[in-house]
Amino acid sequence: MARLQLNNLSKRYGDHVVVAGATLDVADGEFLVLLGPSGCGKTTTLRMIAGFVEPSGGSATIGAADVTYLPPWRRNTGMVFQSYALFPHMTVAENVGFGLEMRKVPKADIAARAKEVLRLVRLDQYAERYPRQLSGGQQQRVALARALAVRPDVLLLDEPLSNLDAKLREEVRIEIRELQRQLGLTTIMVTHDQEEALTVADRLVVMADGEIKQIGSQRDLYERPANRFVAGFVGRSTFLDGRVTAPGEFETAGGLRLQCRQDAIAGPASIALRPERLTLEAAGLDNRLPGQVEFVSYLGAVLELHVRLSPADRVVLQLPNRGTAPNIGDAVEVGWQRDAGMVFAQY
Amino acid sequence: MSAVAVHRRISARRWALNGTAGLALGFIVLPLVLVTWLAFFRQEIPSFPPEGYSLKWFGAVFTNKNFVGGFLLSAQVGIAATALGLLLAVPASLAIARRKFRGRGAVSSLLLLPLIVPGVVLGTAIYVFQIEAEIATTLPFLGSTAGLICAHALIVIPWVARLVTASLAGFDPAIEEAAKNLGATPWTTFWRVTLPSIRPGIVAGALFGFVTSFGNLEMSLFLVGAGRTTLPIAILQYLEWKIDPTVAAVSVMQIVLIGAAMLLTDRFVKISRVV
Repeated sequence: MARLQLNNLSKRYGDHVVVAGATLDVADGEFLVLLGPSGCGKTTTLRMIAGFVEPSGGSATIGAADVTYLPPWRRNTGMVFQSYALFPHMTVAENVGFGLEMRKVPKADIAARAKEVLRLVRLDQYAERYPRQLSGGQQQRVALARALAVRPDVLLLDEPLSNLDAKLREEVRIEIRELQRQLGLTTIMVTHDQEEALTVADRLVVMADGEIKQIGSQRDLYERPANRFVAGFVGRSTFLDGRVTAPGEFETAGGLRLQCRQDAIAGPASIALRPERLTLEAAGLDNRLPGQVEFVSYLGAVLELHVRLSPADRVVLQLPNRGTAPNIGDAVEVGWQRDAGMVFAQY
Repeated sequence: MSAVAVHRRISARRWALNGTAGLALGFIVLPLVLVTWLAFFRQEIPSFPPEGYSLKWFGAVFTNKNFVGGFLLSAQVGIAATALGLLLAVPASLAIARRKFRGRGAVSSLLLLPLIVPGVVLGTAIYVFQIEAEIATTLPFLGSTAGLICAHALIVIPWVARLVTASLAGFDPAIEEAAKNLGATPWTTFWRVTLPSIRPGIVAGALFGFVTSFGNLEMSLFLVGAGRTTLPIAILQYLEWKIDPTVAAVSVMQIVLIGAAMLLTDRFVKISRVV
């Protein structure tokens, strides 16, 4: 277990920039999640940490050692692959023992350690089976056990749950999180699944187009997104485009006059609104706007409404389900406090 | 359409399918059956019905030094050519499957080419090449066993390349990365992880390559040295003078040997999985 530091680590293929200088400081025992749409560079970043991709610039250190140009077999990382990548011709126990065998650990100790790690993932009964005789979830846990067996400095998880069905995915991700906490493992996980990322992470890194867009806790990303991309990617937002006309005043492209945060800088901007921050009980709120319901989704615990405020402006609301639902075409009043809107300047 | 009519149509279709399959099977097996039957005829001139049965032709094979010598040379050349073919084709297949380089498709086709070029053309070409090489270097290429082995390696390569490439196609590259991540060097990764995974392809490729080499006639005709023969050539020469069942007996022994080799290999690696 160790601290992991990336300093301006980058990867280019010719003119094509895949990772444009990632700088990260992952504390000992921290669970960091790299989150972003596909092609954002998160997997390449992970593969540079593992040593499968040679960086074009910058550096990576694990503990006190500079590993930037070290081959994968000389770094002490444990990786869990999306496809599990178990050795098909070896038993579960042999798979788990492989890394120790490579480290020239005595046979008896390997057997003991393999057993111990398999017990950790509740698979000690399956030690003599072959991977093909196991279910997807079990194979996934073998892959995890195999990575844990070598007591890695850093655990690397590459979309480890994407091949599992939804129900199993929830189970396994909690299991992974508990194990990680119990063992105090420094862990980096790559995923494009927001819910997964929010559930397990201590801290999240949002990436897009090869750049780190924001690093922070779940709450930071949701409530204080650093830019429009994060506001749209983490959770849901409705964007109203327009301009900040005076301190605390905003005018949409559709001509609506709104109250916004006092510190917003004048000029072209967008306001991002979280659906659950809007309400139909608008009395006394800073912004009260008449509109017409255009779309209603019944989602069980909540109702989702799309309300047209002007020919150019439409907002999405989520309301707790209290037994009555507006109908399409109803005239309503939408309200929110000025601080509920997140303002992003447009350049 | 009534249920009975549907049923009748399906069963008619099944009959047609089974009938065709049976016909094809008969087409393949019939010559083998006839040759085997012939090998046990007692009379010297094959004619139906047989006058009686005998094992003497099998004995005759062993007393004919052309057959014995031919068998030994064919086996020797086949084994050496297969080994050489493996040595060249396995790394080539790995490179084609794993690396992206210019002309990858061309190299991949090139490896299969010996399968397409007619044996006579290949034999002539290599013969001419060996003459030129001998003139240029004054080394004894022509008619040498080494020359024959190299030529046979050429017809082993397509089999190995094809089957190893096929088994690599179903092999997840992440498995090799996993090994390296766990501390295995590229060399160890190859021996402990890659090789075991493509072993069925290698074994099947080697087996088919060997059989092809062992049975090759056209190319060998150009390349054997004076006074030496491979088994197929010995059979051909024998047939020029005699048509007694000795030749059938040789063939039966060959069929049994190759069949046994296939069954035995299939017990250890499931060839049926790659072919």
